[in-house]
Amino acid sequence: MLKIEQLAAGYGNIKALKNIDLSVPVGSIVSLIGANGAGKTTAMKVIMGLLKPDSGQILFKGQNINGVATHKIVSAGLSLVPEGRNILCRMTVLENLEMGACQRRDNEVQADMKRIFRRFPILEERKSQLGGTLSGGQQQMLAIGRALMSRPELLLLDEPSMGLAPLVVSDIFKVIQEINQEGTTILLVEQNVRQALKIAQYAYVLETGKMILHGQAKDIANNPRVMEAYLGGKKVG
Amino acid sequence: MFWQQMVNGITLGSTYALIALGYTLIFGVLNIVNMAHGEIFMFGAFVGLILATKFNIGIFGALLGAMVAGAVLGYLMERLALRPLRRRKVSELAPLISTIGVSIFLESLALRLFGPQAQSFPGVYSTQLFEIGGLKISAVQILILAISFGLMLVLRFWLSKTQLGKSIRATAENIETANLLGVDTQKIIVLTVMLASALGGGAGVLVGLAFNAIEPTMGITMGFKGLAVLILGGLGNITGAMVGGLLLGVAEVFSVAYGVSSYRDAVAFGLIIVLLFLRPQGLFGSQEQQGGR
Repeated sequence: MLKIEQLAAGYGNIKALKNIDLSVPVGSIVSLIGANGAGKTTAMKVIMGLLKPDSGQILFKGQNINGVATHKIVSAGLSLVPEGRNILCRMTVLENLEMGACQRRDNEVQADMKRIFRRFPILEERKSQLGGTLSGGQQQMLAIGRALMSRPELLLLDEPSMGLAPLVVSDIFKVIQEINQEGTTILLVEQNVRQALKIAQYAYVLETGKMILHGQAKDIANNPRVMEAYLGGKKVG
Repeated sequence: MFWQQMVNGITLGSTYALIALGYTLIFGVLNIVNMAHGEIFMFGAFVGLILATKFNIGIFGALLGAMVAGAVLGYLMERLALRPLRRRKVSELAPLISTIGVSIFLESLALRLFGPQAQSFPGVYSTQLFEIGGLKISAVQILILAISFGLMLVLRFWLSKTQLGKSIRATAENIETANLLGVDTQKIIVLTVMLASALGGGAGVLVGLAFNAIEPTMGITMGFKGLAVLILGGLGNITGAMVGGLLLGVAEVFSVAYGVSSYRDAVAFGLIIVLLFLRPQGLFGSQEQQGGR
């Protein structure tokens, strides 16, 4: 569904991504893992058209989306849940969800809204509250719900577990799996390597802008280098 | 006496509020103060005047024409003076300087086109006086009150209920997030600048009616008042601009009525300084930094 070839990007003289390759097959969950500053968020920004790459290709459903405006990438069927969630704090929960569907002209928006309220009942309870009044976990649910409102074929999630309590984190990962089972392809960027590898079929490891490893998620989880660097040396259960 | 001055103050204040709304909208989405807003307002006044005197169009036609002229000027300013700067990575002050350039250009153009002397609307609107419960209200005042409050109500409703209005609010809060949700933020910026300038042009006609004097330099003083209201109300806050404008108008009228007429601006701006000492973020501003960038 998504295929990245020899992608390089950076900010001025700093090269954040050095010729990376990545591919996300239809219907799968692919995890992109790596430490702080490895270039994960940069990769997300480049895919969404927020940052222009220096070279390389980004193919989405066979179309080159390199250099296409962000709002057109969204209408092509990509959606990003950004790092830090970026809830619109001065708008209500309901308005946040409506903004997610701002490009849609079909009449199933209300039905999708109901589906999201069924998945996250707390959002329906708080739908007329301002987004800024929600807790971190609720904001993450809102950010995911909002991204789903555009009916993406490929959902990008940038560090959905960041800053959340462990119990909430496992809830969020369960939701990600459910969304995938309902037919949405997922590219998951995480520092919570253990969880990310558990739900993914395939994984990539990014280190200082270079893709150093990729393979089946369970092989990556048992890779000695990954175990030492990201999993504290213990074997994953 | 008190209530009479109150009515006069609210009438004047409603035009300030309308001007300040233009600043507020643009500050919201672009995070810049549009220094040319006063001159767009002045151009609106002249376009309205010409439509009313030379073409004998009624006052509503003149108002509409002024708003269209404002929108066109706003569009040109965005395309020629703001967008080219957004494409490059330039200092945050660059667009501000650029709008100052636009304001000087528009003022000189107005001097050339309309001449330096003050002109006024034909007297037909100012003669009628109505008495309601001891208050004297002129037809012009009623017109100003109805139009400016009407425009503010429509704007409020439009921003809170329509998809476009919500997109403007989302862009104002965080331009990158709005973009990621699928909003064509470039389009929203153009639309917002045009809308703000249309409100400015309309306000030009109303102020022209209220003071019965239209001149090329009127943009500067009114521009500063709108700017003061923008800060008083809390940067980028719509409600703040409305309430702040009304407050400034009332403060001015009362300072004239109670004997310090030559200090009307000093009293009004002095009050703003005191208010800002007490609430540095403005009346309705929040503690967090405002704006989208």
